Amino acid sequence: MDIFLQQIINGLTLGSVYAIVALGYTMVYGIIQLINFAHGELVMLGAMVAFSVIGALAGTSLPPVLIVLAGVLAAVPACMLVGFAMERIAYRPLRNAPRLAPLITAIGISIILQHVALLVWSRSPLAFPQIIPLVRYYIGGAIITGVQIAIILTSVLMMAALTLLVYRTKLGIAMRATSQNPQVAGLMGIDINRVISFTFIVGAGLAAVAGVMVGTYYGIAHYSMGSLLGMKAFSAAVLGGIGNLAGAMLGGILLGIVEALGAGYIGDLTNNVFGSNYQDVFAFIVLIAVLVFRPSGLLGERVGDRA
Amino acid sequence: MNIFANPRAKWVGFTLIAIALAGLPFALASAGTAWVRIANLAILFVFLSLGLNIVVGFAGLLDLGYIAFYAVGAYVYALLASPHFNLHLPFWVILPIGALVACLFGVLLGAPTLKLRGDYLAIVTLGFGEIVRIFLNNLSQPVNITNGPQGISRIDPFSFGSFSFSQSETILGVDVSGPIKYYYMLLALLLLAIVVNLRLQHSRIGRAWEAIREDEIAARAMGIDTTRIKLLAFAMGASFGGIAGGMFSAIQGFISPESFVLVESIMVLSMVVLGGMGNVWGVVLGAVLLSFVPELLRYTVEPLQKSLFGRSIIEPEVIRMLLFGLALVLMMLYRPAGLLPSAVRKRELSKPEDGAE
Repeated sequence: MDIFLQQIINGLTLGSVYAIVALGYTMVYGIIQLINFAHGELVMLGAMVAFSVIGALAGTSLPPVLIVLAGVLAAVPACMLVGFAMERIAYRPLRNAPRLAPLITAIGISIILQHVALLVWSRSPLAFPQIIPLVRYYIGGAIITGVQIAIILTSVLMMAALTLLVYRTKLGIAMRATSQNPQVAGLMGIDINRVISFTFIVGAGLAAVAGVMVGTYYGIAHYSMGSLLGMKAFSAAVLGGIGNLAGAMLGGILLGIVEALGAGYIGDLTNNVFGSNYQDVFAFIVLIAVLVFRPSGLLGERVGDRA
Repeated sequence: MNIFANPRAKWVGFTLIAIALAGLPFALASAGTAWVRIANLAILFVFLSLGLNIVVGFAGLLDLGYIAFYAVGAYVYALLASPHFNLHLPFWVILPIGALVACLFGVLLGAPTLKLRGDYLAIVTLGFGEIVRIFLNNLSQPVNITNGPQGISRIDPFSFGSFSFSQSETILGVDVSGPIKYYYMLLALLLLAIVVNLRLQHSRIGRAWEAIREDEIAARAMGIDTTRIKLLAFAMGASFGGIAGGMFSAIQGFISPESFVLVESIMVLSMVVLGGMGNVWGVVLGAVLLSFVPELLRYTVEPLQKSLFGRSIIEPEVIRMLLFGLALVLMMLYRPAGLLPSAVRKRELSKPEDGAE
């Protein structure tokens, strides 16, 4: 029982990070039907920038919460800038090109970002300094740490804020209009380019915070941490129904839980033939299964196959 | 304009290229055997790019896990010709087996996923590549199949009876080292592969691929069994990867999951994109360029940095990867049809789609 609960808590934590990253994928996809392969690298960039700031401030006598906040405040604008530039340089010129073209530039951008990060921060991972005291709470035999609570709360807050932004503001209306039909939205006086830029910026901001959260959770940040995380978050977005905000949140949390439970129980279920080192496989199996059996995802509407 | 239009000039050109290719390993060997090895790896990459070109270039399916098939071929060879299982089958038996197994994996991946739209397919293949690598890494227990992260070593080199490709010997008074022998072997296989590719492109199947790439729905309306034809592209591409993997195993003598990471898939993709998707000669050019230029940089930038700053600031590996990334982005932005574009591709990529979204 307590293993079960523990895995649920761990899954919920990672799942909320996946959800935040998945929102970035789903927003961009919803608006320009592009899988932004480089989105995972924004998460990495956010973690690296934040860790540099946090590392520099760790020696000072500032309270730990302020230090982490400073890291986030540095990471978010940095990622927003990169996200904005990415769209401007690599995706906008190709908006009317065949589908394959922006997909390939996205892969290129991802490789470039990763290796620029490698140049800046070198191969060795950045460690999170020991500034946050380890707080543990016990719930029915399972342990939840302060960091986990903070991650889950932050994610919920960000999801709520994003939902408000998309459904309650003028900009949100413009975003939804653009995603439904860019041409008509343009005719209605919406500056589509601005809306698309803004979508990338919001997605990048979310990715930066996600980067800080996942970095803090694992205690390290690494130049190559983005791609696997990005892929999992994308799987989460597809699981929930890509293009659908609520779907991305649901998909992320479900994927986190599936992964944690899978890793926790696969050993027992298969008589230790497979161990928890197969954890990373679950996301892809979920992805393939969803695409084969329900390509529109859990909450997505049925969309026609457009080649 | 086209000098190859004249048949005599064409033959003169071919003869010159043939002489250059035949003499190349000896010229390279004088600069160091390492360069012959680089040439061999370049040929392998050309081989891989040709295989990926069938999938991406001909059929227009973006496969980001292509290296998985390379891995499958390499592991098939390694398992059947090494002390690991104490099997030592001859290479001409294993290479076809490797191609067949890789082909099987291609079908295994393709069958459930080919219904998907292009960009979904890309990410599923990417996941597939990772799954294969994770399995290779972990299938060392409970039964030791792949030997895990340690990889498999002491893999048999190619050999015909007592003629082994790994030893150097003197043939007709000329010293021929192991890599040089491999060079000719690989070159022969590569020429075969190029011929197969050229024939494929203009065959009935090749035209069907092109039709699917241009407009899948129209192709289906014309009576093409799109799923089957796409599956065929996957299987063909995969078997090329399988053969290349087998050769890689034999040349290296050692393989581990480390050699089959995502970055390698992207490298092969860059080669295809740089040269020109769908054009066999373009792909050959792209693969040769992206194999040699980074090595040249390694030998020039590294000493240059040392002499300028006294230490190496940018690792050659990073330069190589940045080059790949830039190749992908810049080619798509400024020359989307590649250095040597195929005629159809050029037409398709230069004209933006009409606003029919």
